[in-house]
Parts: sequence; C-alpha cells; structure tokens
Amino acid sequence: MNTSVNLAGIKMKNPVTVASGTFGYGQEFSEFIDLNKIGGIITKGTYLKPRAGNKPPRVCETASGMMNAIGLENPGIDYFIEYYLPFLKKYSAAIIVNAGGNTLEEYVELCKVLNTLDIDGVELNLSCPNVHAGGMALGTTYEGVKEATSAVRKVLDKPLIVKLTPNVTDITLTAKAAEDAGADAVSAVNTFLAMAIDVEKRKPVLANNTGGLSGPAIKPIAVRMVYQICKAIKIPVLGLGGIMTGNDALEFILAGATAVSIGTGNFYAPDTSIKVVNEIEDYLKRHNISDINDIIGKLEMN
Amino acid sequence: MPINEQVKLVKKEQLKNDTFKFTCKSDKISNEAKAGQFVEVKVSKTLDPILRRPISIYNIDKQNGTFEFIFQIRGRGTKLLSEFEENDLIDIVGPLGGGTFDFKKYKSIAIIGGGIGVFPLYELSKEAKETANVDIYLGFRNKDFVILEEEFKKVSNNLTITTDDGSYGKNGLAIDYLKQEIDLNKYDCIYACGPLPMLKGVKALAEEKNIPCQISLEEKMACGIGVCMGCSVKIATKDDTVKYTRVCKAGPVFDSRLIEI
Repeated sequence: MNTSVNLAGIKMKNPVTVASGTFGYGQEFSEFIDLNKIGGIITKGTYLKPRAGNKPPRVCETASGMMNAIGLENPGIDYFIEYYLPFLKKYSAAIIVNAGGNTLEEYVELCKVLNTLDIDGVELNLSCPNVHAGGMALGTTYEGVKEATSAVRKVLDKPLIVKLTPNVTDITLTAKAAEDAGADAVSAVNTFLAMAIDVEKRKPVLANNTGGLSGPAIKPIAVRMVYQICKAIKIPVLGLGGIMTGNDALEFILAGATAVSIGTGNFYAPDTSIKVVNEIEDYLKRHNISDINDIIGKLEMN
Repeated sequence: MPINEQVKLVKKEQLKNDTFKFTCKSDKISNEAKAGQFVEVKVSKTLDPILRRPISIYNIDKQNGTFEFIFQIRGRGTKLLSEFEENDLIDIVGPLGGGTFDFKKYKSIAIIGGGIGVFPLYELSKEAKETANVDIYLGFRNKDFVILEEEFKKVSNNLTITTDDGSYGKNGLAIDYLKQEIDLNKYDCIYACGPLPMLKGVKALAEEKNIPCQISLEEKMACGIGVCMGCSVKIATKDDTVKYTRVCKAGPVFDSRLIEI
C-alpha cells in the first residue's frame, strides 16, 4: 500500500502534516509521539527577527473549537537555524517553514535566508488574522497575494506553498493569484476571524478583541473551500481546518487536497496526527485501495 | 517526561457543593510529578469541549502510585469533569510544568494562598516540612469558602486562616498577617498562589523585604505543553522591551522577580 504523496515537489511518506502554530518546532511533541511517522512538520510562523506576540489572554474555547490571537510570537529565524533546524533534521518528516513578515521586504529577506537552508519547503503566511501588518493584510485580495507571492518567488527556489485566509468573499480568487504568481501549492484554510464577548465584563474575551476560530466547528466550511479551490486551480492543495480523525482528513483528500494538516487536533491529544495516519491506512485497506493518490479529488457529486 | 495516559479515578470525594477531589492511579505520573506541577485533563469523551483543563496537582503519593487534584466547578468543562465516577478512566497529559517549587535550600518558609489557589500549595508544604519550618497563611472570602484546614494544619508548623469578613479565623486578608510575622520569623522564602491582587501584594512585599518569592500562576491554556504560546505572561524587563514567557513551560511557578503581573 502506498501512502506517500508529492506535494509540489515535497515528498512525504504520508499526506499528514501538522499545522503551523500548533506544533511549535516539534520538540515538545517528540516527548509523546514518533515524529518519523508524520509526513511533514510545518513550523510555527517564523519571522526574520524575534517577535513578542499579543497581550494575553490569547486563547479561549468556543463550541467545538477555540479562538486564538497569539500574534505570531516566535524566536526569529536565527534562533530557528541554531536550535530547531538541527533537531528537526534528526527526523524523516518533511520540514516546511511557515514564513511571516511585517512588510513585503521582510518576507523577501526571510525567504532569501530560507532558500539557503536544508529544508523541504516554505509556507508563506498571508493569512494570519491576528497581526496588523503582513499576514492577512496582504492575503485578502488577488493583487495582494499575487504581489507578495511574486516577490518571494523571485528569491526562493524551494517549493513554495501560499497559506490562504478564508476571510474573503471568494477564496478561489486568492488561490488563483498564488498560482498565477508561481506558487507550487496553496494551503487552505487558516482561521476564521471571530469574536467572543464576556458579558459580565462587557468586553471581548481576547485582549486582541478578535481572534482566529479553529477546530471541528470550522471543518465543513474548510472542506467546501478546499473543494472550490481544487476546482479552480491546477497546483496542489494542502487542506486543513478542524481535522480530528482519519475520516476528516479523507474528506479533504476526496475534495481534492493532496495532503492535509492537523492543527487544533494536536491540542486535543498529542497523538492526534498519528491516529489520523493510522485511520487513513485503515480506510485504504478496507476499500482495497493500493495507492492514496488514486483517491485524491475522487469525490462524486450528487 | 510527561505522558498521555488513561488513568483510573480510584476515589472521588465531594469537599463542598461545587468542589471535588479526585484521586487518580498512575505510577508513571505520580512517580514523575513534582510539587507545583499540573495535569491537562480531558473532560469529555467527545470533541466538545475540545480543550483539556489545566489543573494543579494537590497531593502526590509515590508509594501507592496515585496523585490527587482538586477542582471547583467553574464552567462547562469542570461541570463535565465532576460527572466522572470512581473506576472511570480519565484521559490525562502530565505531569506538566517546567517551573516547580524550589524549597530544598530553605529553612524557614512562608506559604500564602487564597481561595482555590491553595490547592497546589499542599504538596509543597508536605515536602518542605520535612526539612524546614513551614508557616502557612490561607485567605478565604468567608466561612463557607474555608477548605482543607485540617489537611494544611498537618503539613505546617503554624497555620493562619483568614476570612475577608471575619466570619471564620482571623479577620482580614492573609497578606496582612504575613506582614505582621515576616520580620519576626525571618522567612528565607515565600511561596504564593491565589488571586491576582494577593500575588501582586506578596510580590511587592517580598521585593521590599528582599526575600526570594516563588509564585504559581494560572492562565488559560490550549496545549499545556509549550507549543501554542497561548498562556503567556510578561517577563520583567528593565526597559520598555516586551517579552513573554509560557506559564505552562517556564512556569507555572516563577521567581516573582522575573515576571510582571
């Protein structure tokens, strides 16, 4: 049975990756699971320089999900190169660095550095809803995504995945922009801009006022968006949004995603990603499918 | 190293209307656990609520391979947790927390706690009393909120209970009585866990008297293991630089001088 996939030139032993911001740089999870069993690790959003992040409270729970407004707290690329990259290289999981920036110039400078590293790919963060500059500010229009992707593409030879925000009217437009600008893949979706209010205090629960909604609550919307994107573009799609089980992952794969990411599921249980890998294999066995690639996009519409 | 385990609830005690003590069987977790650490508890068998609840460890019994935690029903999650019955399995990640109570080098310590913040202080008192004089100051809102008096009496040399309205024990705030005794008793370290105003007061008092102080913080968490950066607390800096550290990984116990609260 073959479970390996090729996501825009990134070869992975299975289609299961872990989503940016939910897995750190792998070290904490290595105490619970064998990182060799995951297809790929997408790092915490990393900037050229260290970043403090937003004021707390930064997280809160919602029905079948959670909201966060971390604000991309990260140690910067130099620290990543010195401490985290050597650690990640000990494992066979593909290493994909999620790249952030406050300005287009910062994204470009960072990608110049990333281009020199022994990593498998870059995920361009044009979709974080919790920062004022960069992130979603660049990612909600065709022009914005095209400009940022083109600029980075000029300095990056490695596989480039553009992470899209769902906070748009038509996500196929921004997906198309990434494709038109030379991206190798898109990942969809990042979190949904959301708000929770503490009625006793008459204030938003999160210090940032708004945050990104994730978890099973968003999965059906994410599946619909991934389906639409897969119809609209030719480059591969990395699907995510509320995946907790093998069946959840298979929904995205049948909708057309070449690979998937586990995000909030990592908080539910440290071994959620491993369970998803195993449950996908069980499904393939049960249906006598010898190659996972045979079912990508094989959704039959009613 | 923390583990994710299905642990058996061997004893469930209702301490108050809304407060429960769970005794859980896990050789691994109890063997690894240190005073000041916590566990992340899955409160539901379904995907909702999705996040675990971080709850401090109250008591560790390494010989019998059990550990205990106490929680008050505060919302949906703790309500669901209160519905577990003896012999049920609970999905727990732990023990967690890199910053634990450091007490071995001190000979005369003061422990101050308030409300439900008293729970993580029991294991500390129990262990510290073997080598140090332990004075405990516990503050509660009123008589109805006073909890674990007998238990804390056994693990201290002196126990002072206070209530805000004077309906039980001494009248006033626990910190008022700590202030009265602090010079006399020459404490070489102070430990605190409780509501934020108490922690701020204790931090200021300890700094004024130049006594080391360790405080245990509570913060909303998602992962509990150090990856999500959700439970950040500000690090004290000399200039305007803003820096955060993780309560779950660097804490929950901190040297009070290192953080801003």
